Amino acid sequence: MSGHSNDNVSSKELWGGGRSPYGISYGKMYMWFFLVSDALTFGGLLTAYGFSRASSESPWPIGEQVFRALPGLDGQYPLIYVALMTFILIVSSVTMVLAVEAGHRNDKRGVIRWMLATIVGGMFFLGSQAWEWSHFIHGGGGSFLLAKEVTITDENGTPYTLPVGEPIFMDHHFGELAEGYANGDSNVVLDNDHGHITLVQYGEHTHEAELHSLTINKYIIGEREVSGDDASKLWEARSQSFKFGANMHENEYAMQQSYANFFFFITGFHGFHVFSGVVINIIIFLMALQGVFEKRGHYEMVEKVGLYWHFIDLVWVFVFTFFYLI
Amino acid sequence: MERDDLIVNDSYSLNATHSEEAGVKIRKNIIFVTVLLTAITAVEVAMGIIFKRAETYTWEAIKWTFVALTLVKAGYIVMSFMHLGEEKSVLKKSILLPYVMFIIYLFYILATEGFGHLFNHTSFH
Repeated sequence: MSGHSNDNVSSKELWGGGRSPYGISYGKMYMWFFLVSDALTFGGLLTAYGFSRASSESPWPIGEQVFRALPGLDGQYPLIYVALMTFILIVSSVTMVLAVEAGHRNDKRGVIRWMLATIVGGMFFLGSQAWEWSHFIHGGGGSFLLAKEVTITDENGTPYTLPVGEPIFMDHHFGELAEGYANGDSNVVLDNDHGHITLVQYGEHTHEAELHSLTINKYIIGEREVSGDDASKLWEARSQSFKFGANMHENEYAMQQSYANFFFFITGFHGFHVFSGVVINIIIFLMALQGVFEKRGHYEMVEKVGLYWHFIDLVWVFVFTFFYLI
Repeated sequence: MERDDLIVNDSYSLNATHSEEAGVKIRKNIIFVTVLLTAITAVEVAMGIIFKRAETYTWEAIKWTFVALTLVKAGYIVMSFMHLGEEKSVLKKSILLPYVMFIIYLFYILATEGFGHLFNHTSFH
């Protein structure tokens, strides 16, 4: 890959000017040095994530419980969507290597074909990330904190006391109406018939959500469903502030805000890299289409943007491990 | 101004071309790396789903397995996809050495600051 003509030159001569000691062109070298510095940015972000997590006073949500939805499907699919995103990015990295390989054979059609495939892969990844953000922002059903201590019975029948401030999670349907109720929407009415709690939304269509169960410890150490009288007891002990999904100030996933902020910043910063990578790939694709590189006699530009594109994949590999898996 | 992306000079990577036959071999290697990266990701996801996290040494071992597998994946991406394995060793060193130092620093900080939770089982209420 690199030039070999320097191999028989003494090191004094090699570094004496007029030659390329690294055996690569300035463009490729500076792409490498840019990536070295950019990787330190991501390294710093992930290190900060690790330190925040290790020093967090309140429990930290875990990946396979927060990220377990698939578009258009009900049910639980822990980490499957993130794995799919990882796979899309790996495949688009592969099509990029194939574009570089085609460039080395001066195969214009091959470069165009594989660059196009890479762009499509990048767009699929961006779309997936948009959906994941949307899902993270809208949340699962919302949560409220306990305003007072509540004693319920666990599955073995022994009393179990939950402290003030414990987060309690609602299911999707109940949470939707509870949001209107919490915001003072006069169309949503609470019907408490001897502990049998129903939220009814009157309007053009009537929506009704019964409180079947509430969940404790979701996102943290495994779900525990609480139903019947115990669920009503928890609901009665709710504080006034509800949390739905996540934004920059509050989130339903954890009592601290760091987790949500790191999610937004790390995946957002990575997503911005993917976005600019797709734009750069489109430019190079159009240049290849116009025959610019054919005229120039080499396809090194494809190699340079290829380095950037693989770097995006490389960063995602680390984000996947440290944000989602561990 | 002389543009060095136009110079045909053996000391640069610009004329790094290969033949059709060499291309077949290179593509075979690309497919091997693809399958390997996909398989490692699948194993990681399966481990993440199967093993429940707890403050135990088992989960600690699984976490380090994740880190090791991630470094294997990163190695294949950098050395094979980014062709760093084929570059001159002076370039390899100038790119990789800062990261060797960074990783050693992270291990140092982990070793001195990070293992407290293993001996303190109160972080989950």
